[in-house]
Amino acid sequence: MDGTSFPATRTTCPYCGVGCGVLARPSGPIAGDPAHPANQGRLCSKGAALGETLDLPDRQLFPEVDGKRASWDAALDAVAEGFRTALAERGPEGVALYVSGQLLTEDYYAANKFAKGVLGTANIDSNSRLCMASAVAAHTRAWGEDVVPGCYEDIELADLVVLVGSNLAWCHPVLHQRLLAARAARPEMQIVVIDPRRTATAEGAELHLPLRPGSDVALFAALLTHLADQGHDAPDAAEAVSEARRIDAPALTGLDPALIARFCTMFAATERVVTLFSMGVNQSVAGADKANAIINCHLLTGRIGKPGAAPFSLTGQPNAMGGREVGALATMLAGHLRFSEPAEHAAVAAAWGAPALPRKPGMIATEIFAALGQGRIGALWTMATNPAVSLPGSAGVRAAMERAPLLVASDVTRASDSMVRARIRLPALSWGEKSGTVTNSERVISRQRGFLTPPGEARPDWWAIAGVAARFGRADAFGWTGPADIFREHAALTGLVPEAGRIFDISSLADLSDAAYDALAPLRWGPRRYAPARARLVPTPWRPPANMADAVHPVTLLTGRLRDQWHTMTRTGPVPRLMAQHPAPKLALHPEEAAAIGAVAQIEGQGETALVGVTADPGLPHGVGFLPMHWSDVYAPSGRSNPLVPVAVDPVSGQPELKHAPVRVSPWPARWFAAVVARVRLPDGAAPLLSRAPLPGGLWRHDLAGQSDPAEGFAALRRALDAPGLVWRLLAAPEAGLFRGVAFDAAGAPAAWIALAREAPGPGFDWLAAAFAGGPADAALRRALLAGQAALGPPPSPTICACHGVSRAAIEAAITAGAETVAAVGGACAAGTGCGACRPEIAGLLAAPLVAI
Amino acid sequence: MTQILVIGAGPAGARCAQACAERGLRVKLVGAEPGLPYDRVALGKVLGGAAPSVLALPDPAARGIRYQPDTRITRLDRAARHAITADGGSLAYDRVVLATGSHAWRLPLPGADQPHVLLYRTLADVAAMRALARASVPAVVIGGGLLGLEAAAGLAALGCAVTVLHAMPWLMERQLNAEAAATLRRHLEARGLRFVMPAATAAIEPDAVVLKDGTRILADIVVLAVGVRPNVALGDGLAVKRGIIVDDYLRSTDPDILAIGECAEHHGQVCGLVTPALAMADVAAANLAGVPIRYVPPTLSATLKIAGLPVWSLGEIAPEGAEPITVEDADYGEYRGLWLRDGVLVGAVLCGDAADSGFYQGMLGRPIGDRAALALGPAWHKAAA
Repeated sequence: MDGTSFPATRTTCPYCGVGCGVLARPSGPIAGDPAHPANQGRLCSKGAALGETLDLPDRQLFPEVDGKRASWDAALDAVAEGFRTALAERGPEGVALYVSGQLLTEDYYAANKFAKGVLGTANIDSNSRLCMASAVAAHTRAWGEDVVPGCYEDIELADLVVLVGSNLAWCHPVLHQRLLAARAARPEMQIVVIDPRRTATAEGAELHLPLRPGSDVALFAALLTHLADQGHDAPDAAEAVSEARRIDAPALTGLDPALIARFCTMFAATERVVTLFSMGVNQSVAGADKANAIINCHLLTGRIGKPGAAPFSLTGQPNAMGGREVGALATMLAGHLRFSEPAEHAAVAAAWGAPALPRKPGMIATEIFAALGQGRIGALWTMATNPAVSLPGSAGVRAAMERAPLLVASDVTRASDSMVRARIRLPALSWGEKSGTVTNSERVISRQRGFLTPPGEARPDWWAIAGVAARFGRADAFGWTGPADIFREHAALTGLVPEAGRIFDISSLADLSDAAYDALAPLRWGPRRYAPARARLVPTPWRPPANMADAVHPVTLLTGRLRDQWHTMTRTGPVPRLMAQHPAPKLALHPEEAAAIGAVAQIEGQGETALVGVTADPGLPHGVGFLPMHWSDVYAPSGRSNPLVPVAVDPVSGQPELKHAPVRVSPWPARWFAAVVARVRLPDGAAPLLSRAPLPGGLWRHDLAGQSDPAEGFAALRRALDAPGLVWRLLAAPEAGLFRGVAFDAAGAPAAWIALAREAPGPGFDWLAAAFAGGPADAALRRALLAGQAALGPPPSPTICACHGVSRAAIEAAITAGAETVAAVGGACAAGTGCGACRPEIAGLLAAPLVAI
Repeated sequence: MTQILVIGAGPAGARCAQACAERGLRVKLVGAEPGLPYDRVALGKVLGGAAPSVLALPDPAARGIRYQPDTRITRLDRAARHAITADGGSLAYDRVVLATGSHAWRLPLPGADQPHVLLYRTLADVAAMRALARASVPAVVIGGGLLGLEAAAGLAALGCAVTVLHAMPWLMERQLNAEAAATLRRHLEARGLRFVMPAATAAIEPDAVVLKDGTRILADIVVLAVGVRPNVALGDGLAVKRGIIVDDYLRSTDPDILAIGECAEHHGQVCGLVTPALAMADVAAANLAGVPIRYVPPTLSATLKIAGLPVWSLGEIAPEGAEPITVEDADYGEYRGLWLRDGVLVGAVLCGDAADSGFYQGMLGRPIGDRAALALGPAWHKAAA
């Protein structure tokens, strides 16, 4: 039976903050929801591959305590006991929760209520701290409440779209497609990209300003000054403007003054301007200042809350906004209510029946883990997050997690770098199983609806939280029967103090029936466009970045995301086609520096060392590298970025400066490189440089390098892969350092494949995967396997279009055959006709002279 | 018209006579064995039970060659230009080609002259082996070279329990390196052959072979395959070392007497394979016809099939200081060894799959390009620019 015979479930994508609607079936295709306002039917490569993530490997199927399977009752008893002990020994300061923008609003609400209302601690923070905290702080400083003033339509209506610290093309691909479609319809529309790196988003932009990492405040000071000089004025603007005038933008940004002037002129001349900003702004010790510097320019010109005019923060996670709404952050109380207002505090305490409700903010993410490392936290519960990979200074985070008296972790995977360190593991529901609401970057609340039966004993997070609360004697306050109950309670809370005058007030939904909740259509809170009645231009004096290059660490390492990966890869990592374009983490450097370093770089920072391959990127300036932040021990133990990042946080927002780190990059002279395809994963110690990526058919590919003698390196790999019953076909040219091996099982089917050489081998992995899938190999295939390709087969070529699996070679062939536009390439080979995120790369291939072969 | 006399009707002599006839020369071919010339290289097929006719070379008579079998030449009367036959007759010639080949060497061991101790060289030898071979009869083959293994495989196919004694550490050491030989050994062991090596034979008894360490190996049949010696008796009066010395035109020290094949020694080399012998036959015929051609020895290559296993070797095998490239598939009975010097192919061994032999023959002496592709074979190889 094919899955299309099931009715599709309307739900919401679990990835970025665009919040696309999807139509899902248990085993059928996943499609964009044409009726959803965020995407109107579009999907990106990750969203389009959601159907391939429904059967996650390494699923946590039942509760575990101390590595042993336990019943839910026993596990929740252990959680309650652990927290009770920690409270008794250390008080409310000695317990904490660390949650996630992956949680649904209802789970978020339950976690916040449990922490603040039951444990009496404000030590609950979310990984949104790493993502959005600076924007939250900026909004609050500017107009008193965390309200994003624009909506997605504004991006299409703008005449100028400024992207600051946002690789929209890769990180919010559907919005990027909407932007490009709008510009195609109105060619006069202009795009400016402000980013140290020339990203895919910068392809086709009118202007790219490659400013120094962390210098955005200076650039927007120049803009504010220019706008003031043009006669723009606003109440209370004087201080911010005079502060801006003190800043020497060309010196601090390193930008050509003419380029800055051109940007200022464009901005000043355009009434309809939207400034989109994201992680490149927020992840900074001056993140809140950067966001306010941007907002100031919009406030001074009145370009806010109007069609096509707004400063616009894009959230990273599907429900970062939901977490902000329920206040599941150490710096917020609940709803949009504040610790600092006695009336608001009293109202929440009364509503929750929580006399011990904390009166001041608790520890933020980095503080929680620092305290954990110092032995000041006795019990920590993490949910749907992977701090062992995602936090800065993650080596220290790991040590702290290993030292924790009680670490409880709720997640869907049992294999993440964080889950393996937890004492109590609780099986959570995955996307497609859980049910509730999420809020996207434009304040639209959408339902996520389950359409799959949860496997094993997986349960909703709110249910687990309620179970522990009941063990604290608070069953009364956590007696929900489903997410609708929680949603109604949350909605009611937002109207608890009407005199607070919050924009975020959804108390009209507090009486929503179960049926109406189930049928809830996407719904925006607050006005479509928010023009604050009273707003403040926050003075943003120049503060240099904390993570600055110096003599010892002369390279600034940018961290960021790839098009086809999500966070720490727990969901996207197992999908072969999402791994195809970037199967291993690579350090991108300016081509001259890449050539000087060679194939493998050793990156040192924070006393930690990463070992990664090197790739040349002409879009990077000298002295700046880029390393994706996704990789974890599961996929590349030597290639994690965040151990290299010092812990430095914004004093205003508490957001860590994850975007860049001072590092030393040196050549790592490998004596051999190897590629391995096997039915098993090579263990961590198999080689100093090791990355793993899934291939179709349950296979793993590995990219490796070593400094041992090539013969020894090969022998070690062979030993690691050998098993009783395997026989090997081997090729050896020892003096050339060249070794190949294919292992066959008793039936003659290939089981493992090694190619080792002095230069990185480039086999055709698609072909290998197909060859492995074919069962016992005949004589010709045995030989072809050793070659790594069919006789006279096409040379290997990386995948560019993830949606349709189109290789660079196929795109180049289409171009050679006469395709002159991105659309023509799409017509010839389908590349770029899915999510469209690869269109900038196709454009790049069209622009590049084809090298004759 | 000049009378050419070719003495010896093995493959070299037969080929030379034929080439002479094609060039319009008057040629007579004499052979010591009865019957038509036959292809000694394929004797193993007869041992395996095929009719001797499978060995037939083209009938000389049909090509205008006067052919005289069963005629042993005992000496040349160079002054009279006559060849004297064993029965006292004489054959006149203007020029003569010696293609007398070689004979199997009978080890000077105690007991080596007993009736159950056989050689493996002629149809008669094969007939003797077949007469003695029965199921389960223990047999010993002394010599693990090409011919010894062929005899051993043949006897095993006839049901004998065969043990091969070889003086060297591995089989076919002139054509194979140790690893290739190991592949061959595994293949033969899988077919029931036993091997003792390195083995030093002390004596042959009526029912056993005795080694120097005292080991007795039962044997109702013993085949000596320890090498051949050139038949140089007719070179009396000519320069002879191991073989009859010839120049680049294959002339002996008497310019009217040419020598080819296994009885000839060219630049210190005596060939033991058919390819150079046939090349010499063609060169000799051309020179006799007045077309001076120098003989350039072809790089030695040997194509064999031993008990179903193709084995091929070319050029220098595992020479000192050369760079090896190997492909092994022990489970599949495949081995491939290549040797490079200064990035140029100088030798190759293929075991188990010899389909690419022509490719490596063509690559010999040429820059090899990508090493992996060279080892994988022509389907993956693009010649180096």
